[in-house]
Amino acid sequence: MEMKGAQMVMEGLLREGVEHIFGLPGGANLPLYDIIPQYYPKIRHYLVKHEQCAAHAADGYARVSGKAGVCFATSGPGATNLVTGIANAWVDSVPLVCITGAVIRALIGRDGFQEADITGITIPITKHNYLVMDVHEIPQVMREAFHIATTGRPGPVLIDIPRDVQQERAEFQWPERLELQGYRPRLYPDPEEVTRAAQLIRESERPLILAGHGVRISQAFQELRALAEKANIPVITTLLGISGFPGSHPLYLGMPGMHGMYWNNIAISESDLVIGVGMRFDDRVTARLKDFAPKAKIIHVEIDPAEVGKNVRPTATLQGDARICLDELNKQVRFRERPDWFAHLDDLKQAHPSITIRETEELLPQYAIKKIYEATRGDCYVVTGVGQHQMWAAQHFWYDKPNSFVTAGGLGPMGFEVPAAMGVQAAKPGELVWSICGDGGFQMTLQELATIAEYGWPIKFAIINNGHLGMPRQWQDLFYHKNYVATLLKNPDFVKLAEAYDILGLRATHKEEVEPVIAQAMEHPGPVVIDFQVNGDENCFPMVPPGAALSETVDLPALEREKVGVA
Amino acid sequence: MANGSDLRKHTIIALVEDRPGVLNRIASKWRQRGFNIESLAVGHSEKRGLSRMTFVVDATTDAEQVVKQLDKLVDVVDIRNISDEDIVSREMALIKVRVDAGDRGHIIEIVDIFRANIIDVSPDSVIVEVTGDEGKVDAMFELLADYGVIEVVRTGRVAMLRGSGVSHPHEREEPERYQGFEPPYTSE
Repeated sequence: MEMKGAQMVMEGLLREGVEHIFGLPGGANLPLYDIIPQYYPKIRHYLVKHEQCAAHAADGYARVSGKAGVCFATSGPGATNLVTGIANAWVDSVPLVCITGAVIRALIGRDGFQEADITGITIPITKHNYLVMDVHEIPQVMREAFHIATTGRPGPVLIDIPRDVQQERAEFQWPERLELQGYRPRLYPDPEEVTRAAQLIRESERPLILAGHGVRISQAFQELRALAEKANIPVITTLLGISGFPGSHPLYLGMPGMHGMYWNNIAISESDLVIGVGMRFDDRVTARLKDFAPKAKIIHVEIDPAEVGKNVRPTATLQGDARICLDELNKQVRFRERPDWFAHLDDLKQAHPSITIRETEELLPQYAIKKIYEATRGDCYVVTGVGQHQMWAAQHFWYDKPNSFVTAGGLGPMGFEVPAAMGVQAAKPGELVWSICGDGGFQMTLQELATIAEYGWPIKFAIINNGHLGMPRQWQDLFYHKNYVATLLKNPDFVKLAEAYDILGLRATHKEEVEPVIAQAMEHPGPVVIDFQVNGDENCFPMVPPGAALSETVDLPALEREKVGVA
Repeated sequence: MANGSDLRKHTIIALVEDRPGVLNRIASKWRQRGFNIESLAVGHSEKRGLSRMTFVVDATTDAEQVVKQLDKLVDVVDIRNISDEDIVSREMALIKVRVDAGDRGHIIEIVDIFRANIIDVSPDSVIVEVTGDEGKVDAMFELLADYGVIEVVRTGRVAMLRGSGVSHPHEREEPERYQGFEPPYTSE
């Protein structure tokens, strides 16, 4: 069938099972927008107010749906506005397909109006990208892009299509097969390595599982649980691994690392076998690398060969898909009692109840977050921004719902919390979505409240309003002699702001107001913005000071320990 | 960061798709780590649509990690670091030397010793073509420098494994299907 290039794009999306697009039109992608209505309601387009949010929304969508997120932007500024979102998806291994319009072929490379070399710009932050100079290539490119984005270690793919290519007509033929000689991700581990890993597990007296995002991406929830239970190994999840293992499970220990549980950081330092599953031994997890898990052998289950041996030297490497690797491993592991190890872990937890919230008159940020957890019983999707509130959400929500914690880890882009929540809600229309926001991050992307109001997404935004850029303020407090420069925020009235967008705005300034506003928000059928005015100088602990080892984790500073009642 | 003390030269060969942007993608990975590409030679391979590259990079032991990242590029069919393998490598240089009729005999003598060729002669210059390893090219250059070198152009190293072995066996074995369940995220 003969059709325009723009229609080929939409036909490709249809064949790849795409149902949602986040985007914003402009001169160079109008042919694409011209044809979008013909595909309604099979494919729905959501108009964002800034392209960064199109990318973040597609990212949030992908993380909870297990499908590639799709975003559209025009050339030049439209495309460059996507960059933060693409970089975020790249670092966190999220499948995105970003389709940008480009200036017409005759103008490429001539600095025409709204031209940017977006394929050049995104080379380091995409798994692959395409500049489509011939309309006949579109079907093949669409098929390849989705394959590359979603297989192996997922990641973003960008397709840049000049406006005149979108308008050109050609015969549409969906390719039968892919020819990607240079792209064959390995999914199946080496059987000898599996046997070696199983042997290491049998011999280990103090093993730990460190589960990361890979568990969630490959949907290895059952396999991870089976390994933990069958071999009797406690499970720690990295920030992105949270909700990859049931929070209420007796073998679950929470998060490690810079703001992780004290007991985990000590346990890792004492362990004799660390089993990293779908994680990359990131610096926020390992702290000072040379002192990471000094007594442990390492088993690394990892799909990306470039991650193996990058930061730590594994004794056994299961290179492949986490789910397949764990399934293979589970066939060979046996139950082993480890009473001393478990007793020791219990003692650590008793002695250092790191995340206890102290009794105070004023409203603490972590108190508000804990109350949301209690009110929802964790049965919701939680999206966070980046900073203190993110760490508190990671500490206080013990997620049972698989794949329910959506946070930007590797890149750490503030402002993720608003658009990503849109993507999550679009993917999970009937589900409750809470977005835990920083007052700083919220103001980076709050223009999307208009989008949220338009589409009626009933997201509950909890602004943990401490009047500061909290994490930089904490560092100034601890490491820059309390020289608070440019971290105090002059905030707007968030309730009035919400009302301006025709969204319910609520406020809690005292502890006793917290539970009622949460209840009110959850009863309200539409979107809600809650301004939790919390104590402005609260620091997030435990903390591994920058440059320190995990074993040097500061549980709570001396003063606060007394308030908590810990010796 | 690239640390002066443990830098060494790595010879890396790659089989890549013959498409725009490939060089950019590869160069980008080295640039990101601050490693300098000392030389680069690219040309068509024996396979249609694929080019073979040889590049020499000044890098630390982290070169291995970069090579793994390059292997992940969709346009890179195969890549390997052959620095520690049994290889032959050659480079070609063109050297333009200032020379009058009186000195031409000396130049011809040097050229013969090096089994090089004179490929252009003018009243006051010659162009010498020399092929060999970098040491030979360097030695030739130094001898000719006494006569006045006007210009030098070098191709950079090209390298190949010795014997009948294939540098890039790019058919990777993989089981057809996992018996337990469908791997997620596949559109195949």
